[in-house]
Amino acid sequence: MARITSLAEAIKSAIHDGDTIALEGFTHLIPHAAGHEIIRQGRKRLTLIRMTPDLVYDQLIGMGCVAKLIFSWGGNPGVGSLHRLRDAVENGWPHKIDLEEHSHAAMANAYEAGAAGLPCAIFRGYIGGDLPKVNSKIKRVTCPFTGEELAAVPAHRPDVAVIHAQRADKAGNVMIEGVLGVQKEAVLASKRSVVTVEEIVDELPARSLNAVVLPHWTVNHIAEVPGGAFPSYAQGYYPRTNGFYKEWDAVSRERDSFLAWMKENVLTKGPEVFAQHVRKFRTAAE
Amino acid sequence: MANYTPNEMMTIAAARALKDDDVCFVGIGMPSAAANLARLTHAPNITLIYESGTLATKPNILPLSIGDGELCETAITTVSVPEMFRYWLQGGRIKVGFLGGAQIDKFANLNTTVVGPYDKPKVRLPGGGGAPEIATSCGEIFIIMAQGKRSFVDKLDFVTSIGHVSGGDSRSKLGVKTKGPTRLITDLAILEPDSTTKEMTVVSIHPGVTREQIQDNTGWKVAYATRVAETPPPTKRELEVLRDLQARTKRAQEAA
Repeated sequence: MARITSLAEAIKSAIHDGDTIALEGFTHLIPHAAGHEIIRQGRKRLTLIRMTPDLVYDQLIGMGCVAKLIFSWGGNPGVGSLHRLRDAVENGWPHKIDLEEHSHAAMANAYEAGAAGLPCAIFRGYIGGDLPKVNSKIKRVTCPFTGEELAAVPAHRPDVAVIHAQRADKAGNVMIEGVLGVQKEAVLASKRSVVTVEEIVDELPARSLNAVVLPHWTVNHIAEVPGGAFPSYAQGYYPRTNGFYKEWDAVSRERDSFLAWMKENVLTKGPEVFAQHVRKFRTAAE
Repeated sequence: MANYTPNEMMTIAAARALKDDDVCFVGIGMPSAAANLARLTHAPNITLIYESGTLATKPNILPLSIGDGELCETAITTVSVPEMFRYWLQGGRIKVGFLGGAQIDKFANLNTTVVGPYDKPKVRLPGGGGAPEIATSCGEIFIIMAQGKRSFVDKLDFVTSIGHVSGGDSRSKLGVKTKGPTRLITDLAILEPDSTTKEMTVVSIHPGVTREQIQDNTGWKVAYATRVAETPPPTKRELEVLRDLQARTKRAQEAA
């Protein structure tokens, strides 16, 4: 049952050291504010799952919160590398992390299987390449009806899914619009969930009969964090701040500049700074 | 002196490979520039699909990421990512997949995972993303990549997604029914697989480029078709549309 609370309280109740967590968002609605709160609360030994680990996972890895990463594409979209992820993998800084590497198709299928309560996902994939040689979780199964060989991977069953959405109503029903990614599947596959939203409204607005809504009894913690996806975007609220993604390349390249940035912008700040980042867009919309 | 860059020639040659009735799965970066150039010139009805779930999108500017709002706002509909990979890609609805990579070999296998050994990489690259299944589920694959000795290598450090595997019938022996890479467009030339060996073979050389230049930028001994054409240079209109698109994109990104 959804509980509307502060972000700090939501993260404190839902996420514990050693948990397997998925902060999802496919370019859109990436839960940056929630990621910063996890860093501030000093969580350790987390296993992170995400199709497209980007800046917020780079930050979690660089701050030493992460033991293992399960992923399919780890980069700064359109810009280049994630330097903190690379430093951890190539040089073991701040410590070594384990990688469990998949393709997008495998990850998407694994979330869907988790949401469907299945132990594994079956799909046509991983043919001929080297990923099955470095990831022992990738297996092959034979279709009992046709004899076709298919790929199988374990379902994702995270302890906690963390997502950002446009709106929730006061009862805690969450509505998502635009590029949907795997957020619905991630929440339904997880034991617990934290949802940050741009705003909590009395009633969800007029919508398509098939709008994507997570009913209040499928989510646990909801926190209103305006701008909480910045520098990612929230369709209908503010655009992606592409300039920030480009600046991150320089900030994250060296350990010292990264740590200084994290101290100034995360460790000594709270979730309220996110509203300031996107204020100009919200004013323009009003 | 030509009034266009090798990069523009590559993008334009890649755009020409696409047809008006194609359904194309588009990767970010150069594939996206080429696919949108095709849509804005000779292929106005082409269906462009990005893995973020946007179907039949018509972006006015090039997206920096695969899921920019521009793609969603101009799409006919946006589906979830599991649906994208299951129904649309795996379901066989996509005719052409458009890929790039960090390393390629003579059979057009691609590496986007690591340079050096997997467990102790010299460079950890972003990884495969959608490529492993795009490479086998799309009807055919076009690849766009600038040539160089570090990227066109004799042996890949890691096979992220397959092309023609080890040549001959090795791809179909794996049970893959799609064609694989049918065209490789570079900043120097256009290559297509030989009908028997499946080695990527130069079929067209861009204006002003020499065979020595091609060999100097390739990590294996380059094969040539019996008849090698010269790629027609960019037309005035192709250059104008491409430069307008890139200028619009730059302005929009600087404003953000």
